[in-house]
Amino acid sequence: MGKRAATCCKKVTAKKEYRSQPMAVPATLSTLVVLPFVAALLIAAFGGAQRWVHSGLAAAGSAIGLALILSVAGPVIGGDILSVSAPWVPAIGLDFSLMIDPLGLMFAGLIFGIGLLVVIFGHFYLADGEATGRFFASLMLFQGAMVGIVISGNILLLLTFWELTSLSSFLLIGFWRHRADARQGARMALAITGGGGLVLIAGMLMLGIVAGSFDLMTILQSGDIVRASPLYPVILILILIGCFTKSAQFPFHFWLPHAMAAPTPVSAYLHSATMVKAGVFLLARLWPVLAGTELYTGIVTSVGLFTMLFGAWAALFRHDLKGILAYSTISQLGLLVMLLGFSIEMAAVAAVLHILNHAAFKAALFMTAGIVDHETGTRDIRRLGGLAKAMPVTALIATIAAGAMAGIPPLGGFISKEMMLYETLEISLFGLPWLVPVVATVAAALSAGYSLRYAWQLFFGRPRDPEPQAKAHDPAAGMWISPAFLAVLAVLLGLAPMLIAAPLVTAVSSAVIGRAVPEVELALWHGVNTALVMSIIAVAAGVLMLWRHGTLLRLYEGVRHLDAKHLFERGLGMMDAAVRKAIMLVHRPSLQRMLFATFAVVALVMAEGAWIGGGSLTGTREGLPASPVAIFAWLLLIAATIAVLLNERQRFRVLIYISVIGLIITLGFIHLSAPDLALTQIAVEVVTILLLLLALNLLPKTPPVLSRPSRRWRDGMLAILGGLGIGGASWAMLTRDPGQTISSFHLANSYSGGGGKNVVNVILVDFRAFDTMGEIIVLGIAGLAIYALLDTTSRGTAGERLRTWQEDMPHSPESHPVMFVMATRILLPLVLAAGLFIFLRGHNEPGGGFVAALVVAIAFMVQYLASGFDWTDSRRRIGEHFLIAAGVLLAIATGLGSLLFGANFLTSAFGYFTLPLVGELELATALLFDLGVFAVVFGAVMQTLAQLSHISQRAARAHAARSRASSAENGA
Amino acid sequence: MTLEFLVASAIGVLVAGGIYLALRARTFQVVLGLTLFSYAVNLFLFASGRLVVDRAPIWSKDVAEYTDPLPQALVLTAIVITFGMTAFAVILSLRSFLESGSDQVDGDPCENAVRNADVETSDADEPR
Repeated sequence: MGKRAATCCKKVTAKKEYRSQPMAVPATLSTLVVLPFVAALLIAAFGGAQRWVHSGLAAAGSAIGLALILSVAGPVIGGDILSVSAPWVPAIGLDFSLMIDPLGLMFAGLIFGIGLLVVIFGHFYLADGEATGRFFASLMLFQGAMVGIVISGNILLLLTFWELTSLSSFLLIGFWRHRADARQGARMALAITGGGGLVLIAGMLMLGIVAGSFDLMTILQSGDIVRASPLYPVILILILIGCFTKSAQFPFHFWLPHAMAAPTPVSAYLHSATMVKAGVFLLARLWPVLAGTELYTGIVTSVGLFTMLFGAWAALFRHDLKGILAYSTISQLGLLVMLLGFSIEMAAVAAVLHILNHAAFKAALFMTAGIVDHETGTRDIRRLGGLAKAMPVTALIATIAAGAMAGIPPLGGFISKEMMLYETLEISLFGLPWLVPVVATVAAALSAGYSLRYAWQLFFGRPRDPEPQAKAHDPAAGMWISPAFLAVLAVLLGLAPMLIAAPLVTAVSSAVIGRAVPEVELALWHGVNTALVMSIIAVAAGVLMLWRHGTLLRLYEGVRHLDAKHLFERGLGMMDAAVRKAIMLVHRPSLQRMLFATFAVVALVMAEGAWIGGGSLTGTREGLPASPVAIFAWLLLIAATIAVLLNERQRFRVLIYISVIGLIITLGFIHLSAPDLALTQIAVEVVTILLLLLALNLLPKTPPVLSRPSRRWRDGMLAILGGLGIGGASWAMLTRDPGQTISSFHLANSYSGGGGKNVVNVILVDFRAFDTMGEIIVLGIAGLAIYALLDTTSRGTAGERLRTWQEDMPHSPESHPVMFVMATRILLPLVLAAGLFIFLRGHNEPGGGFVAALVVAIAFMVQYLASGFDWTDSRRRIGEHFLIAAGVLLAIATGLGSLLFGANFLTSAFGYFTLPLVGELELATALLFDLGVFAVVFGAVMQTLAQLSHISQRAARAHAARSRASSAENGA
Repeated sequence: MTLEFLVASAIGVLVAGGIYLALRARTFQVVLGLTLFSYAVNLFLFASGRLVVDRAPIWSKDVAEYTDPLPQALVLTAIVITFGMTAFAVILSLRSFLESGSDQVDGDPCENAVRNADVETSDADEPR
């Protein structure tokens, strides 16, 4: 796929000769996308400021965006496609490519325009003390993501913004964090739309691969290739799932009503005009590519039709104002999806017009619902009624908007509904020509029913519950100005459609269809035709439903309904439990079990490799004869290992056996020509044993036997198998000759290139200095982590346990024997000199930073042991943290220094100097690097041991104080 | 008896001891197991340069035969890192002992059993 993407990329660049554009276009397009994000950042930056700062920034962002859109509206409607493109990740065909055609223009205009109105509304709607900064910042984040979707010129970019809308809507729906329903609603919306987004990614990637490009324009022109592809059904279904989840189509509709837990401005913005329209937008965008097949028409039409019917039916029986509007939105989106599913050009025109209408009246309705809620304190329609007297302005706005939704002339909704009904006559679903018109008429009747109910039961009739009405009145103008504007728009869309909508609708429809459509004629009166009759029937039936609503409601409530939220949570819970079981199956919280599994799996893998590899175990390489001393040492090592295993309860004794093993390995290194290793091993051995002794002082010394014999046998068997396996592998390796290695290069270049005769050391500080640098960093981290673990032991349970620690070993009455103290103090300068010697000669003779650091650390450690922690620590000048940091920095600086001279990182330079008395001295930059190594190793080792001895001493002191106190008590 | 056999068998014995101890229930034993295992791993790495006696990795004009310096360099850092790892494991086990009062690798066995039982029952109740 990588290859294909790469080739398609080339094609795109070849095609990149867009028509000549004024210079301002790239800036305009980029600003459109960037603007909301900048606004969001600014709002977040001034999070503590007054509310008007937040809303002002958001309004300014939206207004500038709207102005930019209007500034390009003329040319775009005239047929220009504005675009800008820059390669972003060319390897995967991702360009930062933006494009505005009429479809993008309409949506971007809606997003900024309604965004501006929502910001104004939200400014007055939010109560005092709300986190307005967070609110408007999230809103702008969402706006930016939405604009990104509609003007992306690359589908990978589009997908990125698509995901961003899911995330930012999560923040908005869950804005009232303290409310459980808000959190649950946000989570559900994220799970459904985010999950659908993942499916969409798969579909879009396949689409891009089939079309040969991720560039939107190229894809739009490859409709025939895509529809002919054997992958078409898969692509179609994946993309449709993405669109249907976003646009709340059955069976993914249930998140939308739960998202009503968001503040009402959010609902007005996201759940009427923008986010849920993203799915419709994508269907319209990809219409030329995907539409036209029987599969497409069948799926999209039937899903849309059913959703329209189902949503309208459910909306008729909601009691929450926002619930009514949520289900009506589901229904209206179903209508749009159905129209796009017809695959008829004029149906697409009707869809475009209805998108405009719906955005206008639905946002207005949500805002009026918000006003009613704000003024009366309730959204329950059963408690409200007759509000027209108390709030006439709101009532007027809401009635107009509801009339538009019901499809009553002379409002905009009437025209698009009639066009819709007209187009249904053209379509025959499942071979039944009457199915779509009949169901659509029923749905239209239901729509009229719930719309009229919304207006009638809320504002007319008589109040059903006196309490909410008591203080209700129209809000300040700032709150109703936005819905009023939208209501005026809804009226104008009906009265003067040719004037304000026709050019836009024509251009957008052409963009959706992919070729020019004749100028559409929009008018209220088309003469008496079937569509008009259907429309009249629908409205009449709607009035009837309102009149007989009580009867219908009893009917509705008599039927048991599935609770989608309950099902969703049950499903989620079941998945959660299944995942937990699966994890528990492979990952029990037990180190013993996990280690056993790990060793067993490794053993199996090795056995399988040996089985497949075949051949004999023993190779042909001639062995070296073993001297009697070597055999004796080997016997000692085996015996010491067995002793370790047998004496697991005598922990101090075990340390002696361990050190025997370490010593024999050291001797082995000497015998086998590895003096550097022998030096390091013996030094580490001393430090390790010191560490274990100190730790054991605080740990239990003789634990009871724990493991059952059966478990011991099982572990023993696995251990023997593992030992045989690794031992056998070593044997097989040692009896064969090595292949070509890079060691000869190191030997040949060590002196001439690295300036050192000790090849091991030159490898460490020069050839493979980068590895060494990584290792000292790891060691430094270990030292700091140990500090973090030990420094906090004085608090909490651990501190309590340390203070009540019982001395359980016999101790010498003399805590700091004079002879020991004196001897170590005399030894210190000598050992330091030895350390310096080992360090300096390391480049040419066995030695170096690692060993020197260990030797010096031991010298200091002995001071701690002999003279006590306090005495030694008070004489310490340089802290371990500093040493570790300085060492790492010195090593890095040395490496960077070589860059200054044009050489590679960590290249060393060297020269020879002659000093009186000392003789020839070689100075290499590698020595500086080795000094860094020295500092880190020394720092890490001292950090560990000194901290450990510190807490041991604290514990011992606490114990001594307690025993003194108790003996004093006894004495008294 | 060849040196190769001695080294290979020593690696095998150390690995076996390391595995056995690493599977024990007390933290200190696990640390000892790690130590034995590290000896074996370092020896194995070293042995990958094959065994040679009486040759040094120190360059000199008149020497033609050397031991393989590369595994030695790798093992040298490995030895020091082993110390870092052992130290961390020891301190971790010490801290866990100070926190919990038990040096069991899986926490207190009784407590553990109860916790497992808790997990089982909460699984059953989960769908709410």
